[in-house]
Amino acid sequence: MSELVALEGIGVRFPVGGGGLFGGRRRYLTAAADVSFGIAEGETLALVGESGSGKSTLGNVVAGLQVPSAGALRFRGQAMDRAVWKQARAAIQMVFQDPFGALDPRMPVSALIAEPLRIQGTGSPAARRARAAELVAQVGLPVDALNRYPHEFSGGQRQRIAIARALAPRPALIVADEPLSALDVSIQSQILNLMKELQERHHLSYLFISHDLAVVNHLVDRVAVLYLGRLVELAERASLFAKPSHPYTRALLESVPRIGRRRQRGRTIAGEMPSPLAPPPGCVFHPRCPKAEDVCRREVPRLDPAPGRPAHLAACHFRE
Amino acid sequence: MAAFILRRVVQTLLVLLVMSFVIYALIGLMPGDPVDMMIAGNPGATPEVVAALRKIYGADQPLMVRYWHWLSDALRGDFGFSRTHSQPVLEVLAPALWQTCQLMIGSFVVSVILSFALGIVAALRPGGWVDGLISLCAFAGISVPVFWLALMMILVFAVELHWFPASGIANVGDGGLRDRLMHLVMPITTLALANTGAFIRYVRASMIEVMRMDHVRTARAKGAGEGRVVLIHAFRNALIPVVTIMALSFGVLFNGALLTETMFAQPGMGKMIYDSIQGNDYNLALVGLLFATLVTLLSNLAADLAYGWLDPRIALA
Amino acid sequence: MSATTDTEIVAPRTEAAVGVWRLRWRRFRGHAGGMAALVVLVLLVLFTLAAWPMQHFLGIDPNATDLFARFEPPGPVHWLGTDDAGRDVLVRLMVGGQMSLLVGLLATVIGGVLGLFIGIVAGYFGGRVDAVLMRFTDGMIALPLLPLLIVFGAIDLTKLGFSQDFARSGAAGFWRIIIIIAIVDWTAIARLVRAATLAIKERDYVRSAKASGAGAGYVMASHILPNVATPIIVAFTLTVGRVILLESVLSFLGFGIVPPTPSWGNMLNNAQELVTTAPALAVYPGLLIFITVIAVNFLGDGLQHAFDPRSQR
Repeated sequence: MSELVALEGIGVRFPVGGGGLFGGRRRYLTAAADVSFGIAEGETLALVGESGSGKSTLGNVVAGLQVPSAGALRFRGQAMDRAVWKQARAAIQMVFQDPFGALDPRMPVSALIAEPLRIQGTGSPAARRARAAELVAQVGLPVDALNRYPHEFSGGQRQRIAIARALAPRPALIVADEPLSALDVSIQSQILNLMKELQERHHLSYLFISHDLAVVNHLVDRVAVLYLGRLVELAERASLFAKPSHPYTRALLESVPRIGRRRQRGRTIAGEMPSPLAPPPGCVFHPRCPKAEDVCRREVPRLDPAPGRPAHLAACHFRE
Repeated sequence: MAAFILRRVVQTLLVLLVMSFVIYALIGLMPGDPVDMMIAGNPGATPEVVAALRKIYGADQPLMVRYWHWLSDALRGDFGFSRTHSQPVLEVLAPALWQTCQLMIGSFVVSVILSFALGIVAALRPGGWVDGLISLCAFAGISVPVFWLALMMILVFAVELHWFPASGIANVGDGGLRDRLMHLVMPITTLALANTGAFIRYVRASMIEVMRMDHVRTARAKGAGEGRVVLIHAFRNALIPVVTIMALSFGVLFNGALLTETMFAQPGMGKMIYDSIQGNDYNLALVGLLFATLVTLLSNLAADLAYGWLDPRIALA
Repeated sequence: MSATTDTEIVAPRTEAAVGVWRLRWRRFRGHAGGMAALVVLVLLVLFTLAAWPMQHFLGIDPNATDLFARFEPPGPVHWLGTDDAGRDVLVRLMVGGQMSLLVGLLATVIGGVLGLFIGIVAGYFGGRVDAVLMRFTDGMIALPLLPLLIVFGAIDLTKLGFSQDFARSGAAGFWRIIIIIAIVDWTAIARLVRAATLAIKERDYVRSAKASGAGAGYVMASHILPNVATPIIVAFTLTVGRVILLESVLSFLGFGIVPPTPSWGNMLNNAQELVTTAPALAVYPGLLIFITVIAVNFLGDGLQHAFDPRSQR
């Protein structure tokens, strides 16, 4: 499989407070630090973490909504310069969590779906309308949806509109930022199936951002686990679910309730995620880690292969 | 808090400085210049004489240089001479300021009392006929042209009924306290009526909002009397936004004062500014306008401080 | 809004599908003050437009003086009598109304566009741009409005490079008053638009357009402008009322519409000195200003009610 998008040593920092004439000291919130991973053509990569782990920030970086403060992006093997950026804007589309906020309430569905094409100046207005009609059918909406407004649709239908819109410029990658979490459980599976079907039909890649490992299990090829803006584990789905290498991933997996298995008490993660304004030194997970030793407080672990599994990367001094 | 006050004071001074330049430049765009005024009564002045005069008075200098001269003089307390009054500007300003203070404070007090009373009564039963009537009056107050109201007051109470004098601050040869107060009644009433409309709407809206809040409903549930609920529990909380807005509009009051003074021929700041612009009295107009700006800026500052002082939840950062 | 069932069936056209404008109209109709105001305003506009038939068919020139017919009482020829120069009061009120309303509308539109531009730019770009523009706006708000307008009114246009002829013409007076009011009266709209822009630019639909490569201009024109339209309409209405008042004040003080062209404000200026001899001349124009402004304010109140679903009376 050839590489579609790659992140190399991406870091994102936000200034917090301070500044101005009489302002205090300016501090920085580290939303992501030294994150590297790639997405191959046709692949689905899940970006998993708790809220505040920086997964949405990384999604924004890939979708071009957030300029990273460090590191480099590559698109189809080329460094992201002005020309490549234009290509990438057509090839990378985004689907948001909240289907109520992601559609401008003042645009009819046909305009909403055709908007990416209009922005990029692709095709004539008539051609764009035709494309919108074609997409409405593909995502399973009635054709008369075209002349109606978002408020006339339910949450699941709106998410279908959002997906149709993302498909309009024939993208190679769709960044889906928690596309299911605002929906009812019964509808989640419908949307998930639709996304799967579209992937096969159009050879799409997904960057699927989620806090829910259970959802991820159904769709993805590989999983990237984030903790406090750091990539702690990156592995094939089967390998990760069978034998997680990082203690954080293990704890995450164990916190997922499953039918037919009693939840093991005492194995959940203790404490809360530290503030991204003041990340702990060494391994950022050490204050909550059951395996933590002195080395974890001193040295930042590198993202290296787990013993005997070359494709299974983990950032832990005691990877399994 | 101290840092906040300091910052706001510095900001206010900076705005005042910028405004002094803007006003200086604008005044320079008024017809003629000081030298034109001097030679206006002297048809014999040759162009050479005019040019010489311009040089002496610095009227041929570029704007920035003239402004700099004015500013350095002003900072030493020298604001120049009033052409129309033939007096130093500050000596013209002081009595006018006192006159305007009487008018503004008098009408401010009247409209605050009126608006609190009417606003609370209206808020007791929103949507009722009393509320409707008071709201209609409030709208009328907002919508009425102040100068026309003044004209109508003169027409009715001075020309027709002869209750109050139409203009001036005192009758010639009288000037007793009663006489002076009689002259103030109509200007203060006019200005107060025009302002009360907006104030009533603020008080009413704020009261209605507070009356819906949980702590007021709790007080009712405890069995507190209606009067106690309205005055102690609701009114105190409704006061915060209202006081802020009222302090802010003290500056707006100045606009009304200008018109009222002009209409009733009261020698206050407003009339002074109006006359000085009409009479090309540059020095006086400049200082009058600057002073008006200062009053507005100070009332904004007071509103900010009052807001922080009344509502402890506002962190002044 | 029920968002829980995702069926392939067409969503039934419920109340929400009526269209937002029709719903608003429905709410507006329920607002007695607003409806009354609308009727009054329509009548006022018709009244001012009646100047043309009056001039044409009755042959009354609003500016024609007749020194033998000064201060005539209302009669069959001059329905509201004549003024100190023997001019027909009714027709002058009509023509003056056109002036006052036109100035009110034009100054609001120009000031509104200015405020819209400043507010949208400040809100959208944020940071330094926002700080500078908003300090500027705060500064404008802190100014003594009326004295400043008077200075603007007194400015010698020839010093700004206009010709003598233009500076003395009626058009100069007309445009001068529109421009100076627009220059000082954009702040309310700017703040409103900025606040709305700040909220809208963080919406996912804006981010989604940006992810497709949309630039600032596109986002402002296609997403922000349509979505701030609602609060702006209300603010515009209220501004019209304020501007009509300002126009009358300035014309009244002698800085606005220049006689002989009538406006309600300068008719009052003329009537001020005659208040003892011909009080009616002072009553009519002021009453018309008063009615217009109060109607505009009620209209704004009604629109507010119609556009804000949460507002209950």
